[in-house]
Amino acid sequence: MRGYVLKRLAQAVGVLWAAYTVSFLVLDYLPGDPVTAMAGAGMDSGQVDPRQIAALRHEYGFDKPVLAQYAEYLGRAVRGDFGNAVTTGRPVSSTLADALPQTLQLTATALLFAVVLGGGLAVAATYTRRRRLRQLLLSLPPLGVSVPTFWVGLLLVEAFSFRLRWFPAFGNDGPRGLVLPALTLAVPTGAQLAQVLAKSLLTALDQAYVETARAKGAGRWRVHLRHALRNASLPALTVVGLLVGQLIAGSVVVETVFSRDGLGRVTAAAVTAQDIPVVQGVVAFGALVFVTTNLVVDLIYPLLDPRIVVASGRRAGVA
Amino acid sequence: MSRSFVEDPAEAAPGLARPVGASPDPAPDPAPGRRVDVRRTLRFLVLRPGLLLSVVVLVLVAAASFRPGLFTSRDPLKGVPTQNFRGPSGAHWFGTDELGRDVFARVVHGAQLSLKATLIAVLVAFVVGGLLGVVAGFVGRWVDDVLMRFVDVLLSIPALFLSLALVTALGYGTVKVAVAVGIASVASFARVARAEVLRVRQAVFVEAARSCGSRWYSVLGRHVLPNAAGPVIVLATLDLGASILAVSALSFLGYGAPPPAPEWGTLISEGRNYLANAWWLTALPGLAIAATVLATNRVARALDGEWSRQR
Repeated sequence: MRGYVLKRLAQAVGVLWAAYTVSFLVLDYLPGDPVTAMAGAGMDSGQVDPRQIAALRHEYGFDKPVLAQYAEYLGRAVRGDFGNAVTTGRPVSSTLADALPQTLQLTATALLFAVVLGGGLAVAATYTRRRRLRQLLLSLPPLGVSVPTFWVGLLLVEAFSFRLRWFPAFGNDGPRGLVLPALTLAVPTGAQLAQVLAKSLLTALDQAYVETARAKGAGRWRVHLRHALRNASLPALTVVGLLVGQLIAGSVVVETVFSRDGLGRVTAAAVTAQDIPVVQGVVAFGALVFVTTNLVVDLIYPLLDPRIVVASGRRAGVA
Repeated sequence: MSRSFVEDPAEAAPGLARPVGASPDPAPDPAPGRRVDVRRTLRFLVLRPGLLLSVVVLVLVAAASFRPGLFTSRDPLKGVPTQNFRGPSGAHWFGTDELGRDVFARVVHGAQLSLKATLIAVLVAFVVGGLLGVVAGFVGRWVDDVLMRFVDVLLSIPALFLSLALVTALGYGTVKVAVAVGIASVASFARVARAEVLRVRQAVFVEAARSCGSRWYSVLGRHVLPNAAGPVIVLATLDLGASILAVSALSFLGYGAPPPAPEWGTLISEGRNYLANAWWLTALPGLAIAATVLATNRVARALDGEWSRQR
């Protein structure tokens, strides 16, 4: 087990390094001249002082060869230092750290909604014996993945803020302000979760152990939840691991729609201002979240399904 | 953005456990004809009203993007200021906006921009991802390892963040947004293409062609590619819907065509300013996006089912 964890950790670090390299290539190497873009970013007029450009070029190390730049950037990134935001001059790390709690609150709530609503939908759709109801429930997830998130958000604001006045439309205040954004963010995630879970539940219900449990006299509900759902939850868990990164990224759209402060707003503003260090920090953070959640998910598998024996370098003895 | 995990066989777990085997559709369709048979195709469609409706929607959207004049004679950019903020009515199906422009005309004319961006995005993903996957699967060995690790890395960055990074680097505009969205979905194409090439490469007829002394390029072009193309094309149709959503999200955020252009996402983000008093400015263009995406996804699902039954 320990060997396995260490191996997975090493893999995760490798992926992070590579993701950072990709973001370096895209952001620092691809633009014809990032410095001109950055120098123009902070101000309104197009006039840029050549001396200022030279100073910026030196400050960001663009006057050095690419490999030297890369080594220096990587060395700083390892220590969590992504440089200073061009527009504000504050360190990127603290800019992101300040914005993060709001976004984590949002994404955690959204994940909760997605799991409860999506999971509930899948369980209900596979449990019911009424064909019409089942068809109706199973047609919801494809709908959920087909609607634009920002549109859902705006419709919710329209209905529940402007018409019914149940929830505030904008801003960060309190749990009431969290409901609509989290719901919006949860729609595509919950829909994908429901699709996967419903599919694997249907597969699980065909298995022999379900038959056995029924034959032993277990109630339908008990068979459904204790036997089928537990086995069917593994693919869904995989999907959750993949979807967490998507939730964080989705906050860009949702926080813009609801004018909430947070990582998403910071990202959107940084892209608009071509604030390259901030965007780089955000990309690295996204990769970190993805890698971490997948690591956690992989480590949870053996707890959910004891048959899964972690196969690291040497085969763990199953025979 | 929202990729479907169910239809995509390549999205298998990156860790230990794999999904407990994908079951066929809960409601298996009666077997349709193998060749393109007009009567059978028609019956296939008539038996599925939803699919028929989806095809109609797609035809309409395609027609709107090539010949917007067929649907509306109004100018999408010039409005009648005295007629601003009119609700939906017989004269203005989708109402009018703050400058008195007809929203329906703007949606119809916007179809061209949004569809163009979507097609570019899918094409970029198809070509780049397909190439990566085919090379990885056909060459094998260390090339396969290197390319697939690269693909894993692309997957580890959330798609929207990757697109945003590319937009930051490339700049604004419909085409650039499209390229950014396309690059962000390269990874899934590469995986599916590789899986298919690997599967076909082991087939008996490929071995036979090899032992007959065919060159590698003719084995690849004649035997492997035609047989591996199906699932990749299905993925492309699936990706169409996801790309429409991703492109419209980026143009909603303001990175698409500059404002007077009626790109779908831009329309909604403009309408957002008048959300409290003119619901139709956001609701109806969004409905157009949702209907198009639903239709492409439904058609993709039908294609997917047929492909899996053909084998």
